[in-house]
Amino acid sequence: MMSEFTQAFAAAGRLIATADADLFEIVALSLRVSLTAVAIAAVVGFPLGAALALLRFPGRRALTILLSALMGLPPVVVGLVVYLMLSRGGPLGVLGLLYTPAAMIIAQVVLVTPIVAALTRQVVEDLWYLYEAQLRSLGCSPRRAIATMLWETRYSLVTIFLAGFGRAGAEVGAVMIVGGNIDHVTRVMTTAIALETSRGELALALGLGLILLVLALVVNGAAFVCRDLSAGPSRQGNALP
Amino acid sequence: MKSGILPCHVEGVSFSVEKRRLIKNVSLSLDSGPLSVILGPNGAGKSLLLRLLHGLIVPQEGRVVWQGGTYDSRTGPHTRQAMVFQRPVMLRTTAIANVDYALRLAAVPSREREERCRTALERTGLSELAKLQARVLSIGQQQRLALARAWALEPEVLFLDEPTASLDPAAARNVEAVISAMHAAGTKIVMTTHDLNQARRLADEILFLHRGRLVECRPAKDFFEAPQSTEAKAFLSGDLVW
Amino acid sequence: MGRRPLLLGLGIFLAGLTPLGAAEERFFLLGSTTTTDYSGLLRHIVPRFTAATGIEVRTVVQGTGQVLKLGERGDIDVLIVHHLEAEERFVADGHGVARHALMVNDFVLVGPPDDPAGVAGAGDVVAALARIGEARSLFISRGDDSGTHRRETSLWQAAGIDPRAWSGRWYRETGAGMGATLNVASALDAYCLTDRATWIAYANKRDLKILLQGGPALINPYGVILVNPQRHPHVRAAEGQAFIDWLLSDQGQEAIASFRIGGEQLFYRANSPL
Repeated sequence: MMSEFTQAFAAAGRLIATADADLFEIVALSLRVSLTAVAIAAVVGFPLGAALALLRFPGRRALTILLSALMGLPPVVVGLVVYLMLSRGGPLGVLGLLYTPAAMIIAQVVLVTPIVAALTRQVVEDLWYLYEAQLRSLGCSPRRAIATMLWETRYSLVTIFLAGFGRAGAEVGAVMIVGGNIDHVTRVMTTAIALETSRGELALALGLGLILLVLALVVNGAAFVCRDLSAGPSRQGNALP
Repeated sequence: MKSGILPCHVEGVSFSVEKRRLIKNVSLSLDSGPLSVILGPNGAGKSLLLRLLHGLIVPQEGRVVWQGGTYDSRTGPHTRQAMVFQRPVMLRTTAIANVDYALRLAAVPSREREERCRTALERTGLSELAKLQARVLSIGQQQRLALARAWALEPEVLFLDEPTASLDPAAARNVEAVISAMHAAGTKIVMTTHDLNQARRLADEILFLHRGRLVECRPAKDFFEAPQSTEAKAFLSGDLVW
Repeated sequence: MGRRPLLLGLGIFLAGLTPLGAAEERFFLLGSTTTTDYSGLLRHIVPRFTAATGIEVRTVVQGTGQVLKLGERGDIDVLIVHHLEAEERFVADGHGVARHALMVNDFVLVGPPDDPAGVAGAGDVVAALARIGEARSLFISRGDDSGTHRRETSLWQAAGIDPRAWSGRWYRETGAGMGATLNVASALDAYCLTDRATWIAYANKRDLKILLQGGPALINPYGVILVNPQRHPHVRAAEGQAFIDWLLSDQGQEAIASFRIGGEQLFYRANSPL
């Protein structure tokens, strides 16, 4: 197994050093698909989660439980459902989105939005008890409160975003079914790794896996740098308990 | 100072949590003019009464009636009121932005907002700190900032819930000075405290609360010189702890 | 304030929302099997076609059974599969225009070098499977309704054995492609039926060897079919037909025959005697 790992490092190094065009194409598509999907999931999931935390309406508890359960959706099941919707025989077949990156983004949005919403709900709810009395005293409407609380929890939201990105970037089941792993069109890191494993090219597959890991490190690192830059000198703790 | 919403009449208000009555049939009047202090031992229900008056909570029995048309306390606190809590709640932004936020919520036009923010910070001695992140201020400064925020709203009534309980004596004195200034400028003050000396310093009127009942409601001078109830006497001599 | 970097970041992400649907160039969707793709054949012949016609070929790779289903749903435009009976039924049912013989290769039986079932001297593949069944030696099957799997099933039938009765014991079904199945076989030192092309291209053989090959039962013909545009009007019939015409032409057949790995030819012209 050790030789496989050294071969993997060598394979990864070779791909990067020779600026392998295919590799960069796959990496670019992976980032594009997953980041876009998580961005959409955030636009939907952040306010949804905050609304669940702050508003009271019939069925709130049921929706919260449902959202939590959907965090555990198997990617391959999501892929199957989205495939059936986008297939020519399906309701959205006329859009012709199957086997395109758009289909992959759709599948990953479905996969990631529950995670983002459920985690946001928890984060906002945890903090709301500190803010509730004062904000209500100031006449903050529920809609306003959602916006305010999302801004107040923004550092946690970055972490939630990264969690969503981790889930999207790491899954292969959904993108394989709706994307088809078509060379130069819908091949991303995870499907490429699955392919090379199927070809018996284990060292190469592992090497791609290492590169995927580095990618995740880079994205996470960038997010934290971004966060620290935004925070500036105020990150020195606060007087609240 | 226009007295739009005062006097306030509180009629037979009760509040229970899980069958325990925490506020028992309280009736009182709040008039513009006197600085009212709700006094009482810990657990008397002072905080609860304040929130009922402000409209953060709805009483199970009785009602809180303000002037100027029917204002249903269920829709939330009246816009002509403000409240400051024991621990200041600030957003993760600059001091002045915190004040501005409150004015935006009150739909104050932007030109006026800038003016009011600056004035409020000047009056509370926080002008130098305007651009700092509110969270890095000391708790005493944050509490003054909370007062500045309330003052900028130009409320008719200001509720304060144990505003100096978390502060050291020096900071407490600063806060008391601001409260007095606001009172002098015409705002009706209703504050709670368990600190006898603070009550002596500030109060024009004492509402003495014990175990959810309003035991005495009298001018401060009368209350301190000649308390009528046994509970008040015990409290003033330091015997009544709860 | 700290808003700007965050909003900038958001803006960049949303800019990535540029239309990622189908491109504007000419293309069609080809459904093909793992045996065709993993061997590297498509990577060899498709660029020649694209160079000649300017048409892009987008390949979705699954087992024969799934590719046929994709064709029935109209999700792909052209099929290359290898199960004659199923192909003819596909056309007869109106899903495809016509079935053309495309190319031929053969299956081989691979297994552990110590050959516990004594397959090497069996003579033909049916006898070999009979020996494996008797010896209850470990056998890994595709189990995924692919062309390879269907052939394997019919061979077991000819040997008079129902291996499914032993599923999970000496007969293990992966439900996966040829490469993934070979991964299991090589890791467990088991027997497996595979097509020669995938086997030669496969990079994780470990100790497995070809123990039996040749004979008419192991011949593997491939067909190419255009999905019926009358049933699915959106099918890219022009591009698909151009591909089929090219494949059947001398250039196409030459391209197929010229594909080699390590000097060995993997696929033969449709009408060649194997």
